[in-house]
Amino acid sequence: MVERSATAGVGTASSDAAAATQAEISAEMATQAEISAEMAAIERDSRPDEPQPRLAYPPYRSSILRHPTMAPHRVDPEAVELLAPVFGDRDVDPLDADLTVQHDGQPIGERIVVTGRVLDGDGRPVAGQLVEIWQANAAGRYRHQRDQHAAPLDPNFTGTGRCLTGPDGGYRFTTIKPGPYPWLNHHNAWRPAHLHFSLFGTAFTQRLITQLYFPGDPLFALDPIYRSITDQRARDRLVAAYDHDVTRHQWCTGYRWDIVLTGTGRTWTEQGAHP
Amino acid sequence: MTGAPLAATPGQTIGPFFGDALPYDGGEHLVPSDHPDAVRLTGRVLDGDGEPVPDALLEIWQADGLGRLARHPGSLRRDGHTFTGWGRAATDGTGRYGFTTVPPGPTVEGRPPFIAMTVFARGLLDRLFTRVYLPGREDYAADPLLAALPENRRHTLIAVPQDSGLCFDLRLQGEDETVFLSYRERSR
Ligand SMILES: [Fe+2]
Repeated sequence: MVERSATAGVGTASSDAAAATQAEISAEMATQAEISAEMAAIERDSRPDEPQPRLAYPPYRSSILRHPTMAPHRVDPEAVELLAPVFGDRDVDPLDADLTVQHDGQPIGERIVVTGRVLDGDGRPVAGQLVEIWQANAAGRYRHQRDQHAAPLDPNFTGTGRCLTGPDGGYRFTTIKPGPYPWLNHHNAWRPAHLHFSLFGTAFTQRLITQLYFPGDPLFALDPIYRSITDQRARDRLVAAYDHDVTRHQWCTGYRWDIVLTGTGRTWTEQGAHP
Repeated sequence: MTGAPLAATPGQTIGPFFGDALPYDGGEHLVPSDHPDAVRLTGRVLDGDGEPVPDALLEIWQADGLGRLARHPGSLRRDGHTFTGWGRAATDGTGRYGFTTVPPGPTVEGRPPFIAMTVFARGLLDRLFTRVYLPGREDYAADPLLAALPENRRHTLIAVPQDSGLCFDLRLQGEDETVFLSYRERSR
């Protein structure tokens, strides 16, 4: 939106036109107060039991043209949708779970362990399944060419990791705590610090990509991605808990976060599935 | 199992910066290009203005040509001959994606086969599920989903033959919006 308005005054030389262009820029880029008011109004009208983010959530400006307007069509999953791809040791190197050892030196930042279990809706562990994470560095900068935030890259930090869950559904990553970072949703917009998580279940239908947040982040109330989940109890499910039993003496602090995938693939009795 | 089901962890957008983490070499090749049955599945992801979405990620999951569901690891480091049934591809700067795969065989006798697809994108707050049906089948009416859809939406789920491959565009919003799915859960 900013890019579009920057060309609005082309071809007009007067300073009035330039001023109008500047005003247009301000008008197009909302203030935090305006975004916060939009978010509060949506929450006032929301039901208390919406467990998932809204796809149509105008305070997150990029969602406006990218959400379906028709309700999803409800179907019974078929054989292929009742299974998930299989990943194994040939896919994932055990070292991929430690994001602090991928380079010659140590990354700058607060070393943390993030651990927990991946479960289905019945509380059964999702064993041997792929977990992928990606994140900004301690300064809030991604090693992605499109991240233009004026914060330093860390030559010792890529910010991507993978692991397979254990028999109990457990996963464990060693990394550094990411910094918050600015984005162009509105004026002075900042994302709360987060890790992106990608998860598979035992069925295709359980696929999940989400974000882990850290407890007590002062940016929660201001962030339209976090608040696209309108129910506070549901939002709380994305916040890891500080766990002193995970924290290691003279080494790192620890966080615990369990992930529950929708439903369960195993209680299905499918007719006609190929053996 | 007894007791109340656990509340599911909510989804969140994939955001713009997944490119160093999720796409990988070989992700779009479920089979090598020289596989005798290889077919190219391509298309574009478009927003509500018809503009391409250059920061989307698509995943597909399907049976092999005989309708068998693979239970083999190796999708992330392909060995060149094991069919794992799963692939991942990001859209390019023009919103275009592509997979090299084989047309799936039917997993249920008498019903048209399809490729299951997941869509992620910046601006999309949770993943979308859809199905890619193969073109030119006689048995669409036997499919519960296709049979339940109004005529003017059914075609959004059926790939179109193109350049000896298959074309499947995804319209996230607006005219000819792709049919996206939610899955019914059976009683526990
Ligand atoms: Fe992020």
